[in-house]
Amino acid sequence: METKVIVGLGSCGVAAGAKKVYDKIAALQKAEKLDFELKKTSCIGMCYREPLVEIIDESGSYLYGNIDENKAVELINQHITQHNPIRDYVVHTDLFETVDNTYTDDQVKIALRNCGYIDPESIDEYEARNGYRAIKKIAGSAMSRLDVIQSMLESGLRGRGGGGFPTGLKWKFANNNKADEKYIICNADEGDPGAFMDRSVLEGDPHSVIEGMIIGAYAIEATGGVIYCRAEYPLAIKRLEIAIKQARERGYLGENILGIQGFNFDVYIKEGAGAFVCGEETALIASVEGQRGMPRKRPPFPAASGLWKKPTNINNVETYANIPWIIINGAKEYAKYGTEKSKGTKVFALAGKIKRSGLVEVPMGMSIRDVIFKLGGGIQNDKRFKAVQMGGPSGGCIPEHLADIPIDYDSVNSTGAIMGSGGMVVMDETTCMIDVAKFFLDFTQKESCGKCTFCRVGTKRMLEILTRITEGEGREGDIEMLEDLSYQIKESSLCGLGQTAPNPVLTTLKYFRDEYEAHIIDKKCPAKVCKPLLTYTVDPEKCTGCTVCAKNCPSNCIDGARKEVHFINQEACIQCGACYSKCKFDAILVS
Amino acid sequence: MRIVRIRKETAVAEQASVDLSLMDPLIEKYKGKKGNMIPLLQGTQEMYGYIPREAFQKLADETGLKLSEMYGVATFYAQFRLNPVGKHIVKVCHGTACHVQNANELTDALEEALKIKDGETTEDGLFTLESVACLGCCSLAPVMMIGDDTFGKLTGAQSVKIVKNIRISENN
Repeated sequence: METKVIVGLGSCGVAAGAKKVYDKIAALQKAEKLDFELKKTSCIGMCYREPLVEIIDESGSYLYGNIDENKAVELINQHITQHNPIRDYVVHTDLFETVDNTYTDDQVKIALRNCGYIDPESIDEYEARNGYRAIKKIAGSAMSRLDVIQSMLESGLRGRGGGGFPTGLKWKFANNNKADEKYIICNADEGDPGAFMDRSVLEGDPHSVIEGMIIGAYAIEATGGVIYCRAEYPLAIKRLEIAIKQARERGYLGENILGIQGFNFDVYIKEGAGAFVCGEETALIASVEGQRGMPRKRPPFPAASGLWKKPTNINNVETYANIPWIIINGAKEYAKYGTEKSKGTKVFALAGKIKRSGLVEVPMGMSIRDVIFKLGGGIQNDKRFKAVQMGGPSGGCIPEHLADIPIDYDSVNSTGAIMGSGGMVVMDETTCMIDVAKFFLDFTQKESCGKCTFCRVGTKRMLEILTRITEGEGREGDIEMLEDLSYQIKESSLCGLGQTAPNPVLTTLKYFRDEYEAHIIDKKCPAKVCKPLLTYTVDPEKCTGCTVCAKNCPSNCIDGARKEVHFINQEACIQCGACYSKCKFDAILVS
Repeated sequence: MRIVRIRKETAVAEQASVDLSLMDPLIEKYKGKKGNMIPLLQGTQEMYGYIPREAFQKLADETGLKLSEMYGVATFYAQFRLNPVGKHIVKVCHGTACHVQNANELTDALEEALKIKDGETTEDGLFTLESVACLGCCSLAPVMMIGDDTFGKLTGAQSVKIVKNIRISENN
C-alpha cells in the first residue's frame, strides 16, 4: 500500500501551526519527489497534542504529536525515507504502548466516528466509511417513516444539545402534524463558552450531519432544511457549503431523493449573528425569519407551528451525527451503550486546568472522575482537583466529592448542574468559585434578550451582588438575597436561558458556601483570585532590595533603599499585583 | 470577566461617505425574499466593515424593510457594528476556559499597550480591541484572534508582541 501522511487541520490544529506543518511537508514532498499520499483531515480530538500528523504505512498507523516544522522534516526523513518511525514523538499507535493510549482506550466513537479519519471536503471518503448508506438502506428496504421513528425511539437517543428530550418522540410529534410544508433545522449555534464539540463535528464530518438531517426530513416529511450556524465558525461554514454542494451533485439532496417518490428536500445554511439566546428553539426560529432572536411562549411547540408557522423539528449537530450510525447498525446496537435512561455515547469537550484538553466520546455512565483522570490525565501541575463545570451558563459546578457519579442526564441533573452540550471545564484549587459564578452571571446578564423582567433585571442585580462580594464589599444577607433572586428568576422566566441562569450561583452556594462566607465575613479569597481581597507583603528573607517592585508600583506605596528589604504601605496599596508579577525572587507574599 | 462589545454608536460619529452602489448586487439577490433582513445586514457589513447610516436608508428605500426593525435587529445581535472599526480587530476570548486561564491578563496588557479601552479603536485606525464569548479553541486557552489567525496559550506579553509586530509590518 501507499504510505499516507495525514495532517489534522481543524481550528485548534491551525491555531497551533498545523497549516505551516502541512505546507512544509508538501514542499518537501515536491522538492525531493517523495512517494507518499499527503492528506488533510480535521479534529483528531487530541487538542493538547496539536499539531498532529499521522503516518500510515504497511506496518501500521503512527500518530505523532506536537509536530512543528522542524520535527516535520525529521519525521519525513526518518519515517518516510528511512522507514524508521520516531518512537519518542508517537502519541498514539496500536503497535506499542504510549503514554497517551489511556486517552483513547476507553473511548467509543459514534458521533465522532469519522472525525480525524476522513478529509471533510471529500464526499468519496465519507462514502467509503459507510457514508450515505443509512439513507440508501431506508430507500432500498422500504423502511417506512414510522419505522425510522420507531428505531429512534428504541435507540433511546436523547437530544445532545442540552435538554435531553427523546429524539424519536420529537420526530413523532412533527410527523403527526400534517401540513403542505414542514421544516427541519439543525441547531449549530454552539454558544456555551467552553464547548466546542459541534464545531469539531461540523469541521470534521459535515456529511454525517447532513445525512442525519435527510433521514429526519424523510421521517417527518420535511420539505426544507436549515443549518443555523454561528458566524464565529468560518471553517465549519465553508466545509458545510462544500458538503451540501457535493450532496446535491450526488442526488442526496434534491427531488425524488434516491428514487423515493415525492421525497424532495434541500438544505441551506443560515449564519447566526451572535446571540446566545438563539440556541433556544423559538428564538432560533425568530432569528431564521430575520427578526430579533427573542423566545416566545410555548405551546404551540415548533412541532406544531415553527418556522413560517409550519411544523418544524429542531435537533442539535451531535444528535444528527448519531442518526446515520443508528440506522446502519440498528437501535439495539446503540442502546447497548449507556445507562438505563441515557443511552449511547456523549462527546465532551475537556478544557480548563486539565492536562489533556480535547474532545472525547465516551459511553454514558462513565464516572466524572474517570473522564478527568483516566482520559484527561488529571490536573495541570498536579494541583488539587476542586470542581468541574458542566453545562455552561445554564449548568453548575460539580465538586470533587461528587466526582464518582456516573455521567447520565439524571445523575448530572441531581447535582444541580446539567449535561448541557457537553462542555467540561475543570477547575483546581487556584480557581475562585465566586469569580466563576460571577463570570457566568456576567455572561447571562449580557445575553438576556430582555423580554422577561426577572431575567433582565434579576440577573443584573445578582451580578451586582457578586461583584460587590468579590470586591470585599459583601454584606450579611447577601447570600440569602442571591438565593431569593435565583428562585424568582427561575420561576418567572419564559425560556431556558432565564430558567437556568441562576444555576451557576446556586450550585456554588450549595457546594462552596464556605468560600462565599470567607469573602463576605473574613474578606478573604481562599483561592487568591479576587485582587481587592488580597494583602501583599514582602518576605524579608527573600527580598534582595533590587527596587523592581518599587519602580513598578503605580501607587508608589513601596518603600526601601537599594539592597535593603522593601516594605509595602498597606494603606496606599491598591492590590494591583504588579509587584507580585514583577518580582524575580518570589519575595512578594500574597494572603 | 467582561464581554465588551464594540460600541454600537457614539454620538453621531462622523462617518466617511461610502459608495452605496456596491450594495446593488446584494439587494438584487435578496430583494423580496422572506427572512432577508439579517443576510442583507450581514452582506452590508461585510462590504464596509460596519453598517453606515446611509446604507440603512438605502435598504429601507429599496427593499421596503422598516428602518426601526432593521435598527432593532442590528442592535440586538453582537455581530453588527454601527461605527467604523480598525483595520485589525483583536478579539480576545473570554470564554470559560480562557477565563480560568487568566484571559483578563491579555486584555489588560493590550489595553495598556494600545492605549485604548476594551471596545475602542486606536487613533491610527489600525486596531480595535474586542472581548468575545468563545472562539471554540478552549484547549489552547487563553486565545486571541486577529483576522483569520488564532493565537493560543498566550501571556499578556506575548499578545502585545503579536500586535506590535503587526503594527511594524503595517508601517513599513
